[in-house]
Amino acid sequence: MRYDVTIIGGGVVGCAIARELSRYRLNTVLLEKESDVGFGTSKSNSGIIHAGHHSNPDTLKGKLEWEGNPLWDDLHRELGFGFKRIGELTVAFNEQEQAVLEKLHWQGEIKGVPGLVLWDRARIRREEPSLSRSIISALYAPTAGVINPYEACFGLAKCARLNALDMHLESPVQSIRAVDDGWEIQTPRETITTRYVINAAGLYADQIAGMAGAKTFSMKLRKGEEYILDKRLDGLVDHIIFPCPTPVSKGILVIPTFDGTIMVGPTAHEVDDPEDLTTSAAGAEEVFLHVRRLVPGISERDCIAEFAGTRAVSTNGDFVIEPSSQKGFINVAGIQSPGLTAAPAIAIRVVNILRDEGLSLSLKDDFMASIPKAVHMAGLPLDEQIRLSTEDHRYGHIICRCEQISEREILDAVEDGARTLDGLKFRTRAGMGRCQGAFCTPRCMQLLAQALDLPLERITKRGNGSWLVCQREQETQHVNG
Amino acid sequence: MLTAKPVHLRREYDVVVVGAGPAGMAAALGAQESGAEHILIIDREKEAGGILQQCIHMGFGLHHFGEELTGPEYAQRFLREVYDWGIDVLTDTFVADIDGMRQLKLMSGTHGVHLISAKAVVLAMGARERTRGAIRVPGTRPAGILTAGLAQKFVNMMGYLPGKNVVILGSGDIGLIMARRLTLEGVKVHGVYEIMPHANGLTRNIVQCLHDFNIPLHLSSTVIDIKGKDRVEAVTVAPVDEALQPIMKKKQDIECDTLMLSIGLIPENELSRQLKLRLDPLTGGPIVDSAMETSMNGVFACGNVVHIHDLVDFVTEESFLAGRSAGEEATGQRRPGDNVRLMPGENVAYCVPQTISTDREHTLYLRVRKPLDKSTIRFGDVFERKLRYVFPAETVTVKVTPRLLQNFHGGALRIDVTPR
Repeated sequence: MRYDVTIIGGGVVGCAIARELSRYRLNTVLLEKESDVGFGTSKSNSGIIHAGHHSNPDTLKGKLEWEGNPLWDDLHRELGFGFKRIGELTVAFNEQEQAVLEKLHWQGEIKGVPGLVLWDRARIRREEPSLSRSIISALYAPTAGVINPYEACFGLAKCARLNALDMHLESPVQSIRAVDDGWEIQTPRETITTRYVINAAGLYADQIAGMAGAKTFSMKLRKGEEYILDKRLDGLVDHIIFPCPTPVSKGILVIPTFDGTIMVGPTAHEVDDPEDLTTSAAGAEEVFLHVRRLVPGISERDCIAEFAGTRAVSTNGDFVIEPSSQKGFINVAGIQSPGLTAAPAIAIRVVNILRDEGLSLSLKDDFMASIPKAVHMAGLPLDEQIRLSTEDHRYGHIICRCEQISEREILDAVEDGARTLDGLKFRTRAGMGRCQGAFCTPRCMQLLAQALDLPLERITKRGNGSWLVCQREQETQHVNG
Repeated sequence: MLTAKPVHLRREYDVVVVGAGPAGMAAALGAQESGAEHILIIDREKEAGGILQQCIHMGFGLHHFGEELTGPEYAQRFLREVYDWGIDVLTDTFVADIDGMRQLKLMSGTHGVHLISAKAVVLAMGARERTRGAIRVPGTRPAGILTAGLAQKFVNMMGYLPGKNVVILGSGDIGLIMARRLTLEGVKVHGVYEIMPHANGLTRNIVQCLHDFNIPLHLSSTVIDIKGKDRVEAVTVAPVDEALQPIMKKKQDIECDTLMLSIGLIPENELSRQLKLRLDPLTGGPIVDSAMETSMNGVFACGNVVHIHDLVDFVTEESFLAGRSAGEEATGQRRPGDNVRLMPGENVAYCVPQTISTDREHTLYLRVRKPLDKSTIRFGDVFERKLRYVFPAETVTVKVTPRLLQNFHGGALRIDVTPR
């Protein structure tokens, strides 16, 4: 198959670029090595849309963060992922820290970040009573928000597909070579020729660039651990709580997620292996030590799950979004925080680069900006629940008890492309609650098996070799089993 | 298996029981006995019986029936009685909400979304298993990490194996039962690792499920790392010191494809929290009086919702009482109140019920924190009794009679279990 543009990598950046390109009359394909989009860095981050005052306006990431933030309102309306502008507080425990807040305030005002206000003790006490009494002031930024980043990826990808963009999952790139008028890309499934390549391969961007002889940057990997607390702490804090930042890090945060769980983290430690997604006893200790300083009411005992994610950081610390020395090969690399916030702005920038590089772009007349929204029974008013469950009884049949997810929602997610247990989980929240799937896993597996017409032992957690059950081999002996 | 007859849903019931496990079924029978007329049991599973359905091993009913039954047999006896009395059982139905006026929102695949109300409600939702997140085992997050109860469901209900090469973390009863079950299925069970210096399951399960099958039990040991990208490939185990910290010099890797967790149960109290019931931090369940009534009038609780039981027979006994009380409430029979508040003291992890009366007979369920060979249980300076060995995994039951409390006129009574 011959394409105009091939995007390598289906993270939030690749998906945002895909959706942006699907506005135009082009043949575009996205190649993703995992079984689903968003399953790398994009799934495992803090899920924050930053207000924009934390980063220097002279950097590319500072500029794109500020441009990206307001674009999420339209995307949210069109694609329906979980997103709420709940605002953030960056807190100071002493005068030196307060001076840093004042500098952030000033930096934000210059950039045009709306609504920044310094709160004093009394205001903090009134609006965030769970915060430590030792906090003397806080910088409030109302335009910061929380987002379900995986839902954003699913939404962007679904919209791009709806607008005729090809998406090939479980398609790791094995080789790239220059051919006449473009590139030839090999995956285990196929050979693709393409005029342009967008390298949005995240943790693997340097390897992909290396394959094409187009490595214009170097990068390192930074792992972060995050811990998720029981939903009964919902309401403990109303804003995202940031400690006073240091020159190297935004620090360890308290994040009331869109779905009402509190998430704490991340740590930031360099690793060599992009596959290293281990959590550690030291990481847990570090996270809880830091967040208890901010919110003393948080306890390890409320932890229901943990995960780690790795971000790619370019050695100069900024985003790398530029054409390479090789014609038609564009690097989009080193997209660390605030990459999620910046993603829609990155996509627009990439389209402009493509235009500058000679791709002719003409808008489609029939571009569909919106996608059908998934139904979430648990959040609907009673009369709506009654109406839906009368129309289709499967809406009344609860599969995941902790998050109250119905059978119909599970089947909708399969329809939407979920092929694995994690695919279901990140689309519907089934298995994300306090029992962590101990009750709903068998039912979700059975529904997947039925819908995909597969035997149960072929259902996986997230593709590849992540099998869940196997066949028994022998007849059971007659003993008290 | 008995199947439920179609239920014609009423708008109002005398007693609604949430959960059709052993607790819920006994509670419904108790309510029936005390004269309640319209009784409904609701369960989210397809069939009544609760977790007993997947407990196909023997060992149930020794106290209650004086004979040894399997889980499904034990459940069956109650279910038959429930049907014989014409009590409605609504399965495949989820109680999504409950409010202070005892109005319940039901969701089901056959009835859709419905509201019903009850004069009395019995909470009998059981428990859920603690998961990896609760103890934060470090390492990767591949497929192949699951709780013992889920493994039991895969094997006993669905006919599949959770893996071929299993390490078990935690010595809870379900894990012990599954160690034997999987061994019988030809699965290699490398051993059970328990961080505490004593086992968490019943002695009879240690003997019958581990010793009899040569499965090693490693006390004061734990899993400190999980390896594998897609599927578990190995776990690292290490002994722990007295402060429960792993001794790194002695760590060792075990190749396996599955890590099964049996690290305890947590009472399911989502509905109790919606109702803002007072919960006891020691049990994790609602505080109940001697009639098993919670802090909210007309709302009763029993079984693993209240505290984690080791034997179903005790669940049955306690739940009959809860159901009888709920039936009395629904039919307007007055029950006398309590005048004694029980206070867990030395070596007492918790005590249920939390209050009793000096002029009735009560059965108390309590658990100790540390094992003792010979001990004395002391109720303030009112009375004391000798106990044989006590063990955190086994419930201590004590009968308290008005005669024992004749010199006590109410107030707080502290319970201590001390060496003798």
